[in-house]
Amino acid sequence: MTAGNLLRLGLLGLLLALVLRPDWFTPLFTPLAPAGGPVIYARSSLLSLSLSHLGLVALASVAATLVAVTLAIFVTRPVGASFLPLSRTITNIGQTFPPVAVLALAVPALGFGSGPTLVALFLYGLLPIFENAITALSTLPPATMEAARGMGLNRWQRLWRVELPLALPVILTGIRLSVVIALGTATIGSTVAARTLGEVIIAGLLTNNTAYVLQGGLIVGLFAVLIYDAMAQLERYLAARMGG
Amino acid sequence: MRFSAPGVLFAILGGAALLAPFMTLAANRIVAGDAVPIWSVVPPGQTALGLAAVLLGLALGVPAGRAGLRMVGPLIGLAGLLWLVIQGAPALLDGAGDYARVSPAAGFWCLLVIFALLMADAITALKPGPYQRALLLAAAVAALAAVLGSGVLSPLSVLQEFSARRDAFASEATRHLWLAFGSLGMAGIIGFPLGVLGHRKPALRGAILPVLSFLQTIPSLAMFGLMIPLLSWVGATVPGARSLGIAGIGFAPVFVALVLYSLLPVVGNTVAGLAATPAQALDAARGIGMTAGQRLWRVELPIGLPVILTGLRIVLVQNIGLAVIAGLIGGGGFGTFVFQGLNQTATDLILLGALPTVALALTAAIVMDILVDLTRRLPKETP
Repeated sequence: MTAGNLLRLGLLGLLLALVLRPDWFTPLFTPLAPAGGPVIYARSSLLSLSLSHLGLVALASVAATLVAVTLAIFVTRPVGASFLPLSRTITNIGQTFPPVAVLALAVPALGFGSGPTLVALFLYGLLPIFENAITALSTLPPATMEAARGMGLNRWQRLWRVELPLALPVILTGIRLSVVIALGTATIGSTVAARTLGEVIIAGLLTNNTAYVLQGGLIVGLFAVLIYDAMAQLERYLAARMGG
Repeated sequence: MRFSAPGVLFAILGGAALLAPFMTLAANRIVAGDAVPIWSVVPPGQTALGLAAVLLGLALGVPAGRAGLRMVGPLIGLAGLLWLVIQGAPALLDGAGDYARVSPAAGFWCLLVIFALLMADAITALKPGPYQRALLLAAAVAALAAVLGSGVLSPLSVLQEFSARRDAFASEATRHLWLAFGSLGMAGIIGFPLGVLGHRKPALRGAILPVLSFLQTIPSLAMFGLMIPLLSWVGATVPGARSLGIAGIGFAPVFVALVLYSLLPVVGNTVAGLAATPAQALDAARGIGMTAGQRLWRVELPIGLPVILTGLRIVLVQNIGLAVIAGLIGGGGFGTFVFQGLNQTATDLILLGALPTVALALTAAIVMDILVDLTRRLPKETP
């Protein structure tokens, strides 16, 4: 086993222990909690918060991927080509909007709860995926495309069998960026009453309980790092398969 | 006549937005307001002019290929929107009570976004150079400042919140700028030498960059949270640290977290920028007897500058956004208003924090893009 895999396994173990057996860490966190105060977050189970957090991110990311890739396919076909410059402008401007601001602006429009968080995650998640999908689909090697036409593949066959598989690694990079942003924004979503792991950190901040802050921070941080790493590994595997 | 497909789409969306509530009138700053459609914000005689301007603005986007018309259309439309709001706000407030609040609603914001996008699309099509873009930006900022400064919009709810917090707004704005630009400066001071070292020593580069990219994946709230115990420990144990203002909450943890987030773009883009110099140019520089230091300052740095500046653009836009979260841990900035507003369910207070942040991020992005373009042109113009 390589050092990298050993580290991954160790971090995964730490994460599972933090989520499933938080009591094990009581001696470690006690010095950080206010004297006599609670040490381990117990207002709701860390497992259910984690599942709700990951569920929000997964739902938003899947929806964003479907919509963004469909739109990118549309604007890179001849029929949608007139929308290409506009869509580039929108992604450029949209990505300068801070994710927190998108979340905050979703509240006046949609109210509190998981709904506005989901919408904000979805809207913001569209941009990196859309941008990468446009880049990937409009910079395919011309020789390969010519060969696909020469083989007699029709438009749909070219799209499904050649263009999308070739574009996949770059699209996946976009999805990874989008998921990482969504994990972070979902954490802040607990300030608008979405059920996420941010709740633990916020509770710690409000009651001056650093033990809570550290617990929440460690769990969210480990989730983000491990998910990012897993997706990067998947990309490397797919890219190697394409190239090889 | 040919039609522009995006123009047609925007005209349809704009038509739909006209049917949505244009403004809301509420009894006070907390309760939800009553929706007012666009045709009844002011007496019909006055609405007609503004409505006509909005419709004309949407219609001028429809024909294809007329770049000039596509610029003028959104301007007319925006003027129409502004006129409707200026006429509508006092008319709605008249006789509605002392605490009544009037604010733009979904229809207004949708039309505003549509005209802004039509305008951005038209400007992109004209392919303006860096100086023209700087001029356009200056004109836009001046127009915004003139409209806000003239007080014609002051009956609006957001500006009511502003006038109640004029001093706090100024100090939080200053704090926000300090956080964003200060962390950028600090990241430059630490990251640039690291990037130069990384460029020279591939082993070091291989060790630093993965660590920095993992730091970037840690969600901001978690990162700020992790800084709190760390910095309160430093403040408590390192002599003199507390007198420098290093403590668990407030400015210090936000600043350190922002610097950590900024290191990847700074170091990564410095390495990439310095690597962009063609091998022949370096050989030539060596051939005329330049030392390593001279090669760095006179050859590699000028050629790599656009890429390095692109890294700084990423950092600046990112930090302006992330600094909002400082509001949660007592670090100040526009986030203070956003989170106060969320706690009190006061929409206008949320907007008072979020709108300047968005405007600041957009302006910073445009200015940095202009700088990147200018440095890219430099080598061609200098002999």
